[in-house]
Amino acid sequence: MSVKTVAAARSSAGLPTGRLGVWWVLVSEIVIFGGVLVSYIMNRIGHAEWAEQASHTNTVAGAFNTLVLLTSSLSAVLAHQAAENHDGKKAARLLWTTVGGGAIFLIVKTFEWTHEIREGFTIQSGGFWSYYYTAAGLHAFHVMAGMALMGWVATTAARNEELHRVENVGIYWHFVDMVWIFLFPLLYIAK
Amino acid sequence: MAHAHAQPAHGHPQVGHHDVSFFHKYLWSTDHKMIAKQYMFTGMGMGLIGAFMAYVFRMQIAYPGSTVPLFGHVSPVAYNALVTNHGSIMIFWVAMPVLVAGFGNFLIPLMCGCDDMVFPRVNRLSYQIFLLSALVLIASLFVPGGGFGGAWTAYPPLSANSTYNLTPAGSTMWVLAVALEFVAFLLGGINFIVTSMNSRAPGMKAFDVPIVVWMIVVASLLFMTSVGPLIAGAVMLLFDQLIGTSFYNPSKGGDPILWQHLFWFFGHPEVYVVLLPAMGIVAEVITVFARKKMFAYRTVIGTVIATGILSFFVWAHHQFVAGIDPRMANVFTVTTVLISIPIAEMCFVYIATLYGGSIRFSVPMLWALAFLAEFLIGGVTGIYLGASGADIFFHDTYFVIAHFHYTFFPIAIIGTFAGITFWFPKMFGRMMNEKLGTIHFWGTIIPFNFIFIPMFLLGMHGEHRRIYDYTNFPDLATPGLQALRVMSTVALVVMLLFQFFFLFNFITSLIRGPKAPKNPWHSNTLEWTADSPPPHGNWADLPTVYRGPYEYAVPGRDSDYWPQNEKT
Repeated sequence: MSVKTVAAARSSAGLPTGRLGVWWVLVSEIVIFGGVLVSYIMNRIGHAEWAEQASHTNTVAGAFNTLVLLTSSLSAVLAHQAAENHDGKKAARLLWTTVGGGAIFLIVKTFEWTHEIREGFTIQSGGFWSYYYTAAGLHAFHVMAGMALMGWVATTAARNEELHRVENVGIYWHFVDMVWIFLFPLLYIAK
Repeated sequence: MAHAHAQPAHGHPQVGHHDVSFFHKYLWSTDHKMIAKQYMFTGMGMGLIGAFMAYVFRMQIAYPGSTVPLFGHVSPVAYNALVTNHGSIMIFWVAMPVLVAGFGNFLIPLMCGCDDMVFPRVNRLSYQIFLLSALVLIASLFVPGGGFGGAWTAYPPLSANSTYNLTPAGSTMWVLAVALEFVAFLLGGINFIVTSMNSRAPGMKAFDVPIVVWMIVVASLLFMTSVGPLIAGAVMLLFDQLIGTSFYNPSKGGDPILWQHLFWFFGHPEVYVVLLPAMGIVAEVITVFARKKMFAYRTVIGTVIATGILSFFVWAHHQFVAGIDPRMANVFTVTTVLISIPIAEMCFVYIATLYGGSIRFSVPMLWALAFLAEFLIGGVTGIYLGASGADIFFHDTYFVIAHFHYTFFPIAIIGTFAGITFWFPKMFGRMMNEKLGTIHFWGTIIPFNFIFIPMFLLGMHGEHRRIYDYTNFPDLATPGLQALRVMSTVALVVMLLFQFFFLFNFITSLIRGPKAPKNPWHSNTLEWTADSPPPHGNWADLPTVYRGPYEYAVPGRDSDYWPQNEKT
């Protein structure tokens, strides 16, 4: 049974319904990450000894991942451009490129964490490590969700269907990117 | 309701006849009205569980150590689980689903004049996650150790360490259930906000939207922007419980006060999340039954927004005794007292709406007026608690419990009954019995005051709220104080018995109440222009709006109301 409603086709606010929905999803996500990050910052300021724990994170791996994630946003933007030109096939290819970027990010993260856990720095090793694994883990979970959504949108876009979704999933991906832009300096650079 | 589905529907995509199975119609529906009813009935079912819990622990307090009928002996661990889950259930599984999700789902598309929510499948998913959360919570009551017993605010280290709370499985399931419930309401809230922003009927400007829709949408916004830190906090608490992280564990460098900040940063706006829909329902009922234009419609909306913003800056008034900086406590005292201004203003606006009206004392109107009277007591006693000096004395006494219930009972119970008795004809197509409704009204309101006024007095005598058996405390075990406890418990039992009048009225009216016309109360808003109950898709031809929602008793018109969709 089709669930396309008249409600979804209206636009009293002058914005497409789907995009409006995505923006509100982001609002709720911002406060979730905001909660983690503000808690972390407040505690970090209050605990000088966390700096020693933080000195063990791998800044190079973090920087490389930042680069990967930012580049993957570029292909998401190009996919949006292709979708605007009604080229669903190209949009789908570019979306899959973005998914690939997300995969590289996760692989690097896996090596990084494996190394740290082998050295004895687990989520139980202290306040900093609790936040390190939880914040980055929550972010990685969003990367995975973004990849899954993007794969789904790419499949429909390849058939030239629902092309407006390319932009919407792109907005979400940029958000995931932005969160990392905050996490990288807070968890890696601030030694 | 089957006949409604046979009606032809013109001019929109999901045309025509739906011959759907029982499963698709009642359990897997994407229709906003069905989802509203699912939320409402689940909430009412949970309400029965929460009320039963209150009965059991109040019996233990009034008659310590005795065998409670229908339950048996109340152990200390069971007592803790009962008070914890009573609070959690009544807020997260009764007030939220009924007031926000139930009325929000039913009213927003109907009052905005569209056929459904903008994301119907997200809406269905929202209810399914909510149902799952309710099942997880109910299941947690039956696991080894019993339900979570660390109070509904779940402060660590009590909630984080099972050697303290003695409910290892219950505490984890409680956190999971609450987190799932939050996800459900985030999904629902996105639908509410986008639908009201984007899908209003042609001609309906922002200031033509009924107050109740404004209030539910502002409530959804408050929820969405305040719950995030607590979702993060819940994940952190779960990790502290399960894998030994140290977010809240001071012995490993964590901070238990952090949870209090995360909890109350959500917890205080949450008060307004449930208050605003109830306020909105009362606004609709009062204008209809006073047959008068809403006094200062735009001021109310400004006030609602001011309340919403202020509500983010009052949370630490729950923590005056938690060791926060006294200078900080002063700041939060000021913001807390400030927020009583917009709330008082709303009450005055409602009273001003009544002034000079031609008031009809129907059952919904009785509830709406009772809301104003009882909520006023809750609001005024809140000022004592908001002042940090007085709060140090009152903190964690029954004064807090009484104050809290004088705000939440009007919201979750009185506001809900006002809404149900008002929209019942539209929801189910039949009228409720006024006489039974009036008996139920007085049988609820009078005992309610006898439950909680004694608690104010007990609190002022220093009765601490988390005590299982007062006979161990000579100062509190005096015959005078015990008489107040018994009075409160007896009143509770009487009030609960009167709820059978409501259940009887509800069920018999559903089956054989007189058929409801389209617009039994002569109301202006759009939902009353649809059939009772509205078919799938709501209208054959979606309405167009020509004026605001409160044009009652307009001079020079023959009838005393002027529906929003009537041309000329």
